[in-house]
Amino acid sequence: MKIVVCVKQVPDTKGGVKFNPDGTLDRAAMLTIMNPDDKAGLEAALRLKDQYGAEVTVVTMGLPKAEEVLREAMAMGADKGILVTDRVLGGADTWATSQTLAGAIRNLDYDLIITGRQAIDGDTAQVGPQISEHLGIPVISYAQKIEIEGDSVVVERQYDDRYHVLKAKMPCLVTALAELNEPRYMTPGGIFDAYNAEITVWGRADLKDVEDSNLGLKGSPTQIAKASDKVRKGQGEKVTLDPTESVAYIMNKLKEKHVI
Amino acid sequence: MNLEEYKGVYVFAQQVDNKVSGIAFELIGEGKRLAEKLNEKVTAVLVGSDVKALADELAAYGADRVIVVDDPELKEYRTEPYAHALASVINEFKPEILLVGATAIGRDLGPRVSARVHTGLTADCTSLEIGDFPINPIPGKEQKHNQLLMTRPAFGGNTIATIACPEFRPQMATVRPGVMQKLEKNEGAKAEIIEFNPGFTPDNKYVEIVKVVKNLTDTVDIMDAKILVSGGRGVGSAENFKLLDDLAEAIGGTVSCSRAVVDAGWKSKDLQVGQTGKTVRPTVYFAIGISGAIQHLAGMEESDIIIAINKDETAPIFDVADYGIVGDLNKIVPMLTEQIKAEMAAKAN
Repeated sequence: MKIVVCVKQVPDTKGGVKFNPDGTLDRAAMLTIMNPDDKAGLEAALRLKDQYGAEVTVVTMGLPKAEEVLREAMAMGADKGILVTDRVLGGADTWATSQTLAGAIRNLDYDLIITGRQAIDGDTAQVGPQISEHLGIPVISYAQKIEIEGDSVVVERQYDDRYHVLKAKMPCLVTALAELNEPRYMTPGGIFDAYNAEITVWGRADLKDVEDSNLGLKGSPTQIAKASDKVRKGQGEKVTLDPTESVAYIMNKLKEKHVI
Repeated sequence: MNLEEYKGVYVFAQQVDNKVSGIAFELIGEGKRLAEKLNEKVTAVLVGSDVKALADELAAYGADRVIVVDDPELKEYRTEPYAHALASVINEFKPEILLVGATAIGRDLGPRVSARVHTGLTADCTSLEIGDFPINPIPGKEQKHNQLLMTRPAFGGNTIATIACPEFRPQMATVRPGVMQKLEKNEGAKAEIIEFNPGFTPDNKYVEIVKVVKNLTDTVDIMDAKILVSGGRGVGSAENFKLLDDLAEAIGGTVSCSRAVVDAGWKSKDLQVGQTGKTVRPTVYFAIGISGAIQHLAGMEESDIIIAINKDETAPIFDVADYGIVGDLNKIVPMLTEQIKAEMAAKAN
């Protein structure tokens, strides 16, 4: 079985976001990590590899620095890493990003493609389903459990008040939730090997069956009209009182506002 | 693509088990507001099996027109037949704007459809406006009017961005549930009904549903609750949520929680408020033992009144709370519950 996993290098938003004086994001000042949902997707692929035997190829699109997440993936156990990087691919929205990744994946043999549900910088959850559409294969998003049955993949898919057990013939694309599993750590041997491993680097010319008009900023249907730091609601009152007084204070407010 | 051919505001009227989801009414309300600015009508697209009878309800909430795609293949939600239904409606009727709920279904359906018809899709919008793009004129660049300007949080709620889709149609957005206002129900209002079936031919993309497992909870959806009593890690244990259950019962509210509580296994995921949970805007939101991570704030800061109880006076929840109480929830909450009970009892007499 051949599995392709798409990963993204993202700023670690947990530590807060840093801004340049002009209001744009200061990516250089922020630490980067492998996107958590993607890491869960990679772990799912590695577990299928452990269980059934598989070749796991990891693909990322980004700046040359994004090579770091490929080496991390290989240190965890992935077999191959492919970095798709080119100036003309920059500024892509989800349409152009999914076109780029689909163009790269068309060069590969695959039974299963796994992406994370969404990246923590954009939170769109669009690139996975859009890749599947460009490749003409089924998609099962939001997987909470992935199993293989013969030539099919069987996935538990969570909705609001229910889950579906879905079965699709491979090739199929599955998007993974961070809740899917606890990703393994890199092994010391893995780290050593990964830092010597060869990373395949592809540019625009290596993408298969993709028009220029679908790539990069120019190929992006959506455009940013405005971006700004979030303006938060102002702080209200804050009191430190003993418990009895605290309760009296809350009761007063609830009555004042006609809640009770 | 001739942009001029695309007219009107369309909303995907999500239904599950032949019951219209709340988000559909919210989208009709918002769609109507946008349509009026464009001098256009709002059309609800109803997709399912035996769903035609639901059209009247969509009309009652403001839909001028309902397109019904009714087929046995559409009984339970599946990506492919639903994407085929919606993409076919787009190709046939050419909407200028298409709104889809940012629900588990909508966030699966939206990207597949936008990729099929080649247009942009802005995810998880919290505000929509009609305006110019670019917002301010730029020399040498055409300023387009009457564009859909879609505003959404990004970077875990740290930034907000406004997005336009000037060259492609329809302008598509998924919209966070609980953010837009539905209109007053007008019983007896009628909409023009159009039945449309593009034909469904199962292929490899039609995924097989092996099993549907419904969670056996009969609790109120936290997005519909007027009063939420929400607990965080500070509550300490699953057992200690009893304090919050009691308060919720006394005041006629519903219990919800933060992500930490779900991660700890104390409460189920459908009660989670925040970026990866649900967006709520109740009249009153009690944040009890919730520190207020930015991802949590993104899901509740639009609540009318926020009352926070936390022993850590530096907790970020106090930055958004209308009334913040620094103190021990274990002492305050039970006493509050008793006083509310007494108050309610006194009122009842």
